[in-house]
Amino acid sequence: MINWHSVFFLMFGLVACGFSVAVVLTSNIVRMAFYLIIALAATSGLFFLAGADFVAAMQLMIYVGGTLVLLIFGVMLTAKGPFISMKTSAGEWILAAFVGGSLLVVLLSAATSVTAWNSPQEVAPEAQVTATRLGMALMGARVDTLTETDPVQRAGMSGYLLPFEIVSMHLLVVLIGAAYLARPKKRMRSGPGQTP
Amino acid sequence: MAEFLQGYLAPEVAYLVAALVHAIILINVVAVGALIFIWLERKVSGRIQDRLGPTRVGGKFGWLQTLADGIKLVTKEDLMPDGADGMLFRLAPYVSFCASYAGYLALPFAMGWVAARLNVAVFFIIAVLGLEIFGVILAGYSSASKWSLFGAMREAAQVVSYEVPLGMCVVVPVLIAGTMDLVSIGEMQSGWFINWFVFHDPFTFVTFWVYFTCATASVNRAPFDLAEAESELVAGFHTEYSGLRWSIFFMAEYGSMFAVSGLAAILFFGGWNGPIPITHWLGLADATNPLLHYAGNFLGMLNFVGKCIFGVTFMMWVRWTLPRLRIDQVMTTCLKYCTPIAAAMFLGAVLWTYWFPGGLILPNGYARVHEGQTTLEPNPDSVDRRRPRAASVVRVTAQHQGDPRD
Repeated sequence: MINWHSVFFLMFGLVACGFSVAVVLTSNIVRMAFYLIIALAATSGLFFLAGADFVAAMQLMIYVGGTLVLLIFGVMLTAKGPFISMKTSAGEWILAAFVGGSLLVVLLSAATSVTAWNSPQEVAPEAQVTATRLGMALMGARVDTLTETDPVQRAGMSGYLLPFEIVSMHLLVVLIGAAYLARPKKRMRSGPGQTP
Repeated sequence: MAEFLQGYLAPEVAYLVAALVHAIILINVVAVGALIFIWLERKVSGRIQDRLGPTRVGGKFGWLQTLADGIKLVTKEDLMPDGADGMLFRLAPYVSFCASYAGYLALPFAMGWVAARLNVAVFFIIAVLGLEIFGVILAGYSSASKWSLFGAMREAAQVVSYEVPLGMCVVVPVLIAGTMDLVSIGEMQSGWFINWFVFHDPFTFVTFWVYFTCATASVNRAPFDLAEAESELVAGFHTEYSGLRWSIFFMAEYGSMFAVSGLAAILFFGGWNGPIPITHWLGLADATNPLLHYAGNFLGMLNFVGKCIFGVTFMMWVRWTLPRLRIDQVMTTCLKYCTPIAAAMFLGAVLWTYWFPGGLILPNGYARVHEGQTTLEPNPDSVDRRRPRAASVVRVTAQHQGDPRD
């Protein structure tokens, strides 16, 4: 009896771990970005496996797409030579290993301390997992708390409309700032000897 | 399908067989589709330029021209520049193809005929098709050629910009439908063609044209094919590619053309629901007999594929009619025209559904055949798929998304 769920979980997990290690070990920056994208895409596969379609698609859109933009604008436009490779000194290796190792220890101890996660459990499948509740919570209506009868507690279970608006205003400010920085400098253009 | 096979096979084998069948059918759709579309492109371009196109290989219409092309490409020498980054150079075409192919995972071909019915299918397809340019950028970078690099950078700038208006256009039908599930969106437009979302209100009509412009740009077709502008950049990102590896890029391109046309067909043109509800008249759509139901779905699939082919042909028509834009004109089209228009149409569609929630002249779903039996329920495979009450509850939920009591 093969449990395909476990097989795919192991497959995606191994791909994610393997390519994460490859990101650290390679010295070519573009290959590094390529491995990072594969590792992140495998993580999104794990989310799909868990039935969290929305989070998985988000992972693809934001992290994988974001790495792509990072690769283009952070690496290619700032490169001096054709194929950049990154040399890391021994001190950097030790520092990185210390930071990464301590983070790993903290996360592993936290994960193993939850008793519910120590063995596989049967979770009652929800009838239909949709992104609707998530969207409505962002619009200010928490449909998952309608059963709460205590009015004091219900008042605390408000939606996420205010954080959502703050984030969108923040993004708008960033966009306007970027447009301001990128606009042509009119005074420069009229100077002598400048071609428009 | 896995549930059906479980009656005959062990569960683990059944799931494997079901997955393989879906994967093989879809890869054939992409590959055979590319064969047909390359032939069609030659014929269409020939007709537009007052030529005949291929006429000799395989009969009067040159049916086998693509196959002959393929044999030629296989026999070509597979070159790689000395300075290239070998691994990335070899992998880049497959990255493009994988991204294009993965989009089909969530694309329904008829009611319930979808490999994986995702709740966020629209979002998934947009996210995955956006990854196709990753292969192009890798190809351009790893070729160690200035033409390739220029092509890749243009492609990156173009696709990253065009994703913004494309996403905004896609949101408009999603907003009207109240769901991102493509099967439900398609089924909401069943009946006569006036139920199609493109005719829902004036704003969706304009949105469709903006969507089509942005989709053409995001699959890198002329007049937006700046990445391979042969008049300036030799051949752009695939300058250094030859043989079969080069053709995989084009398989990916035709695959994504079909995918964005399919998305347009479902979001705006009713998907598998025809202009005339023939399957409803024949009683096939609601048939309890599995064979008749299958026949209804098959007709729907033909309808959907026909719409997709029409969309692809339209893209070819545009390609051979309009001259290629300059890169600054491409950016102007996106940032100064498409994005503001898409934003205004989004706002307009919101206000329209707020002021005229039941439609302006005819109520929404006026021409829907067999009211209460059209399927909007969450799971098409469930046994009680024709229970009218479940369908009406779901429709109410879909129409009143703003009401928190739902």
